[in-house]
Amino acid sequence: MKNLYKFFSIIIIIIASNSYSFAAEKAEYLKTDWSFKGLFGKFDRASLQRGYQVYTEVCASCHSMKYLSYRNLAEQGGPEFSEAQAKAIAASFEVTDGPNSDGEMFTRPGKLSDKFVMPYENVKAAQAANGGAYPPDMSVLVKARGGGVDYIYSLLQGYEEAPVGVTLDDGVYYNKYMYGNKIRMAAPLSDGLVEYGDGTNATVEQMSKDVTTFLMWSAEPHLESRHQMGFKAIVYLIILTVLVYFSMKKIWSRVESEV
Amino acid sequence: MSDHDYRPKSKVGQWFNDRLPLLTLANHLTDYPTPKNLNYWWTFGGILTFCLITQIVTGLTLAMHYIAHADMAFESVEHIMRDVNYGWLIRYIHANGASMFFLAVYIHIFRSLFYGSYKSPREIIWILGIIIYLLMMAAAFMGYVLPWGQMSFWGATVITNLFSAIPLVGEGIVTWLWGGYSVDNPTLTRFFTLHYLIPFLILGLVVLHIWALHVPGNNNPVGIDIKKPSKDTVPFHPYIVIKDGFALLMFMIVFAFFVFYAPNILGHADNYIEANPMVTPAHIVPEWYLLPFYAILRSVPDKLLGVVAMLSAILILAVLPWLDTSKIRSAVFRPLYKQFYWILVADVLILGYVGAMPAEGLYLLIARVATAYYFLHFLVILPVLGFKEKTLPVPLSITEPVLGGSPNLAAARNKESKIE
Repeated sequence: MKNLYKFFSIIIIIIASNSYSFAAEKAEYLKTDWSFKGLFGKFDRASLQRGYQVYTEVCASCHSMKYLSYRNLAEQGGPEFSEAQAKAIAASFEVTDGPNSDGEMFTRPGKLSDKFVMPYENVKAAQAANGGAYPPDMSVLVKARGGGVDYIYSLLQGYEEAPVGVTLDDGVYYNKYMYGNKIRMAAPLSDGLVEYGDGTNATVEQMSKDVTTFLMWSAEPHLESRHQMGFKAIVYLIILTVLVYFSMKKIWSRVESEV
Repeated sequence: MSDHDYRPKSKVGQWFNDRLPLLTLANHLTDYPTPKNLNYWWTFGGILTFCLITQIVTGLTLAMHYIAHADMAFESVEHIMRDVNYGWLIRYIHANGASMFFLAVYIHIFRSLFYGSYKSPREIIWILGIIIYLLMMAAAFMGYVLPWGQMSFWGATVITNLFSAIPLVGEGIVTWLWGGYSVDNPTLTRFFTLHYLIPFLILGLVVLHIWALHVPGNNNPVGIDIKKPSKDTVPFHPYIVIKDGFALLMFMIVFAFFVFYAPNILGHADNYIEANPMVTPAHIVPEWYLLPFYAILRSVPDKLLGVVAMLSAILILAVLPWLDTSKIRSAVFRPLYKQFYWILVADVLILGYVGAMPAEGLYLLIARVATAYYFLHFLVILPVLGFKEKTLPVPLSITEPVLGGSPNLAAARNKESKIE
């Protein structure tokens, strides 16, 4: 048993040293309490719905979300809009479909099964409209950045006047959390930019938190069932381990040897 | 192997067993006499078998939904994560399973190093193990390419480019490996094919590995030869089965923690960005389990020599049974070797750490010193230690492990030299 303790402490040291090296790399991120962290972490439903509003009214004019469908908005573990609401959201977008029997492409209102409509036809069009920079797809953005949600949350609030001595080209902005501090995206949020339906005060901080929560869900749509199943699985394994431990002790008591 | 005279009780069993002795094999596996003093470090063989089977089962399921095409691979992985029933679970088990597999194999290898399990008469088991380890690295590397993220693409580019260091034919080999003039769709499809093939090669080698183990039987923490079966042994079933089962469950708890609560902590964030040949990531790093060798590769300024050093670092293990000249197996009775063993463990951990850091300044210096020490350990320290070291008295049997004194010591030494 002594050896097993050693084994686990080595694992813990490895993990601890890993996270240390990540933290040491960049400016200290802003912290907030995320409801989806921890053993029983769940999304804050209202925050997800507000986050979708921020995404669709602000981010979606440049950032695509090509792996999500409108039906996801009504699915369990997500923003959980009612099916009627999700249908209405889908129908508010124009989707290109076809070709029809005449061989023509046509547009129609979106359906639940449609993927999120992209703001640009292709990467080149996105670059042309954004001074050469490509606004990344947001479907898995949170998982594609080292700092995860804390990084995105901080970045949205990290716009500052450039310090003396730093010169910025046209269309480049200063952000203290961005790698190299120079970012092509202008500060996307300002107080009161959106009007929340539930009366929540739309401060930059509030919107940053809501939209980051939404991005976490879009990157990990099954996070809630993962946490629920994980807890059950680990409790089950611990009980089984204890039972097997005592069976082992019983069986090994027949021989004069320690186990 | 005392059970070859086994005869099934039933008539049908006898009829079958005379034609295909599967029941004899099953009987051998249950009765297999195992040293009763094996500690928990010996449970990792069973854990590794579990890891291999887990990877094969989850891998087969993933392959039903994955599309090996440069334009669709990344999307199909997202499809698995979002729309396939429990696809996220299967993929996270498979991805973290690779890390768990390597964690277990490193413990298994270092257990062998500590207790001298590679020494006569177990050299073939050891060499088969090294081949399995090499194939595991190949499988893991190619598996990491399949999601077609940024690290997939650039990792594949860096590693395949190593072959260009071979004089004269290097460039040709790289083109041949890629199936074109850069890492692209042909590279992905062949990596997928090989990633599918290699686990079954590993499975075959594991059978040989266990077969070779069952000829001399297990080594043990005391490192002496024991009579089998005897007072020193217990039958594999139920004693070792339940103990391996207990250890496996402990291992599965750690495994489950990663899968359910930290599924991406061992991976690199850049691999969630779709591969883009026009954008090179700031740091290209392999998965954690390959970092020590990556550090050795980068610590040599010359490309060809770097590749040679990296390969030698693995292949040197294959000749370890002949580099270690000591007649005593277990480090328990080798006070000096025990210290060098822990220095080697630290050395490999340091190599792993600097492998993750940029190859410059102090990190590069540390990598060079650690690389030099790695080879020094195997090429100089081990051979010399066998002649110079004053070992402790070795007991005659497991049941009398505390017996010291010169008569036993002399007898133990005699016994050791007889094996030679």
